Amino acid sequence: MNLRKTVARTPLHLAILFFVGIWFIPTLGLLITSFRDPSNVAGSGWWTVFPRLFSGGQFSLQNYVGVLRDQGLGLAFRNSLFISIPATAISTFIASFAAFGFAWMRFSGRRVLFMMVVGLMVIPLQMTFIPVLPIYSKLGLAGTFPGIWLAHTAYGLPLTTYLVHNFMAGIPKDLFDSAAIDGASPFKTFSRIVMPISVPALASVFIFQFLWIWNDLIVGLVYLGALPDVAPLTVSIANLVTNRGQDWELLTAAAFVSMALPLAVFFGLQRYFVRGILAGSVKG
Amino acid sequence: MAGKIPESYGENPQRRVRERWVRAFERSAPGRLTLGIGRAIARRFRSVHWNSWAFVAPALLLIGFFLVYPTVMTVIRSFFGRGTTLFGPNVEFVGLTNWKYVFTNEIMLTSLRNNALWAVLFTACTVGFGLTLAVMLDRVKYEKIAKSIIFIPAAISMVGASIIWKFIYAYKPAHLDQIGLLNGIVVALGGEPLGWLIERPWINNFCLIVVGVWIWTGFCMIIFSAAYKNIPRALLEAARIDGASEWRVFRNVILPLLGPTAGVVATTMVVQVLKVFDIVYVMTNGNYSTEVIANRMYKEMFNYNNYGRASAIAVVLLLLIVPFMIVNIRRFVSQEGAR
Amino acid sequence: MAQVTLTGITKQFGDFTAVRDLSMEIEDGKFTVLVGPSGCGKTTTLRMVAGLEEATDGEIRIGERVVNKVPPKDRDIAMVFQNYALYPHMDVYNNMAFGLKLRKTPKAEISKRVHDAAELLGIEEKLKSKPRELSGGQRQRVAVGRAIVRNPKVFLFDEPLSNLDAKLRVQMRTELEQLHHTLQTTTIYVTHDQVEAMTLGDRIAVMKDGVIQQYASPKETYDHPTNQFVAGFIGSPAMNFLPATATIEGADILLTSPPSFAIRVPAETVPLDLPSDVLVGIRPEDLDGPVTEEENTIQTHVVVLEQLGHTLLVYGYVGDTQIVASLDPHRDVELDTVIRLSVNLRTLHAFDPETRQTLI
Repeated sequence: MNLRKTVARTPLHLAILFFVGIWFIPTLGLLITSFRDPSNVAGSGWWTVFPRLFSGGQFSLQNYVGVLRDQGLGLAFRNSLFISIPATAISTFIASFAAFGFAWMRFSGRRVLFMMVVGLMVIPLQMTFIPVLPIYSKLGLAGTFPGIWLAHTAYGLPLTTYLVHNFMAGIPKDLFDSAAIDGASPFKTFSRIVMPISVPALASVFIFQFLWIWNDLIVGLVYLGALPDVAPLTVSIANLVTNRGQDWELLTAAAFVSMALPLAVFFGLQRYFVRGILAGSVKG
Repeated sequence: MAGKIPESYGENPQRRVRERWVRAFERSAPGRLTLGIGRAIARRFRSVHWNSWAFVAPALLLIGFFLVYPTVMTVIRSFFGRGTTLFGPNVEFVGLTNWKYVFTNEIMLTSLRNNALWAVLFTACTVGFGLTLAVMLDRVKYEKIAKSIIFIPAAISMVGASIIWKFIYAYKPAHLDQIGLLNGIVVALGGEPLGWLIERPWINNFCLIVVGVWIWTGFCMIIFSAAYKNIPRALLEAARIDGASEWRVFRNVILPLLGPTAGVVATTMVVQVLKVFDIVYVMTNGNYSTEVIANRMYKEMFNYNNYGRASAIAVVLLLLIVPFMIVNIRRFVSQEGAR
Repeated sequence: MAQVTLTGITKQFGDFTAVRDLSMEIEDGKFTVLVGPSGCGKTTTLRMVAGLEEATDGEIRIGERVVNKVPPKDRDIAMVFQNYALYPHMDVYNNMAFGLKLRKTPKAEISKRVHDAAELLGIEEKLKSKPRELSGGQRQRVAVGRAIVRNPKVFLFDEPLSNLDAKLRVQMRTELEQLHHTLQTTTIYVTHDQVEAMTLGDRIAVMKDGVIQQYASPKETYDHPTNQFVAGFIGSPAMNFLPATATIEGADILLTSPPSFAIRVPAETVPLDLPSDVLVGIRPEDLDGPVTEEENTIQTHVVVLEQLGHTLLVYGYVGDTQIVASLDPHRDVELDTVIRLSVNLRTLHAFDPETRQTLI
């Protein structure tokens, strides 16, 4: 009986294995190649390492050293951190304020404004570069970190506000009544009660937003692209592809450098990440 | 307010006199009028909920400056000519010139065609695979791990993903060993290696779309999985007891119930894919007729310094997305209404 | 002085009038209950006293002060909510201290007040626990404690016991009674449960559709309900209502519904415009039997018997109307028989079927 079940389910398992394979093998190829000796990479497919896996002499860290030191990705990594963390922090902070205001405060036009904010989620960023850049130049913000912090914050606000609002709107009304009687001003209610309660939701949103900014290419290109000193990882690697397109040992190592942090965050904090996505998409 | 004069005032006769004048004024007609207007202004001031506005103001200001204002200005700019400033002495009004370019130029038409291709194939695949995987994985024990693996690409940057796949598509002439996985398989099966990213116009576009699907299917899968698990088991069991085969259960029970979710996911995906930039920029930079609108806009802006054309292209992008924005808002309104 | 005076209070939500021209005086130090079915406006009234809703019309005074425009925190009130409304991220001590901290009360004072209240409520060991670690009853105590430490002029309770199971409810009820006895603070208590109202209240206000039907002591509402609604709402099991014809015979009022009953009530005062169709109101506990006499008894066909140990509930039909009688548990009654029950004339009521007002 059990055997029949297993046999009947074999197609299912095979199909799943097929999909999982397609998703996993490419990444595996990247990983292996990044550790291979440069002379081998251009000559043979990465799958050829398997027969001789343990005989030594095939792998080295040379590519990583090259990419981090010689190609300036170490600096780019630092830039990405310096861009992503503050931008995410500011974004989450401002979005929390706005979400609270939209969820619990009364003022005319609240609904319309909120719908507008959320609706702006779909605006293609391309619409926003041309008018903003000249103003940035005049204000001296072009090519600066604060400049891109503001940009990322603004671009991320519609979605972030929507996600945080989803959570805050669900806080029981009693809590606010009680706070009103206890004598808390709106700001105190926000800072002493709502924010501490919102920490799990904010964590999800923070991680989601962080990864989004870390992986972003176009905003980095537009606001920081011309200056290699401040370019984030994505921009630097894209340039590497343009300039050293056939040096796969460098490219794969570079790709992995950019992937390392998100993968670590992903595996370590997967729970929050997924919850963040679901909070916005599937209404409970 | 007209009332008792505090005791201390008794010592200061000048103050007393002044107080009397103030009280007389308050009672007089012009006095009442002034006080009335003053109070009305104060009331108006107080009735505007300053506290509330303080909370949403920073967000609104940022959004206004970075999203609303530029959108409007870009539309206007599209009617003006070359140059890298918003407006100025070098920028002249050119009417519909840029627009004519957008809809008649060969490369632009190729881009539009490609975007349509992306929109259809990408959306169909991500939604289709996402749904199928969600349902399939629900039935196996190793669901969690499989889901993680399929979701990984969503966490890495599109640049990283592009490199992964560019590597897979790598081409070496037939007499050399292949280093790209795809050509490796082809050769192993006895075929000739292909320059996958160069074969125009369909093969290379498909190859690029595969990368997009690879990245985003996990996202769709997660959402479908959550929605699927929300379906009461009892419904499916009732259908099976009624005699429905697995396929029928899928088609007549699961699919209809997941319809709304599919709608949400599909519109989200379409909006994402119309803006596709990273993948094309890194893998082919639009060459070999793989160009897409977003990439075109970037080139016009930074390579050719033609802000007018770039604006027009951006507006086209917006117009393509607007219908989906409307759907989004409509759905949002009905959701809020139910609250 | 901490009496609360409501004058002409009205509250409208769009087209819907929740509270209609309500006036009442809540005496200092008394435990006043607002009771009524869902939607009668009792909670809305309470929230207006708290300042969480603004009255559309009318005046609210706490003490001598008109507080219509005064925000809740300045009204010197404290409120206990149905769902406790405890701050989930703070421990019990901080939950209770929050309001005091906001008012910049000195730390020593806060500590003293919190510990005193905790001792009074028996939750001293739980001061460091978070709300999610506490049972329902304990959470409710914390909510009450939070109100006590504020030393307010008025306590407001919004159905605080509704979320507790039956046994706990009875226990908390007695604790609240003792608390009030100790603190003597003016209290306004909202509930839909008339048993709570009767046991806790010094005075109760029965409300329906935003209007106070009767505002009196529990005993008064039980013995002399002003209209049919109050009569049917107060008392459990509820009063029986039987249609009858009323005629005046000499110095008596004759209430008849042949063939079920003919009751002769000596009339001390005959209402001037006694209608001929009335609803006779008899409480289940005012029926006794079975008896054999015909005069001043009711004939009923028994359909259900519920033996509760301390009382026997007899459900029967009088004509088309179902009635309940609460008899001594040892009485001998059988199902599906027709019996006669005697009526206590002194506690009998009659109501005008149209105006619902009490006639007798």
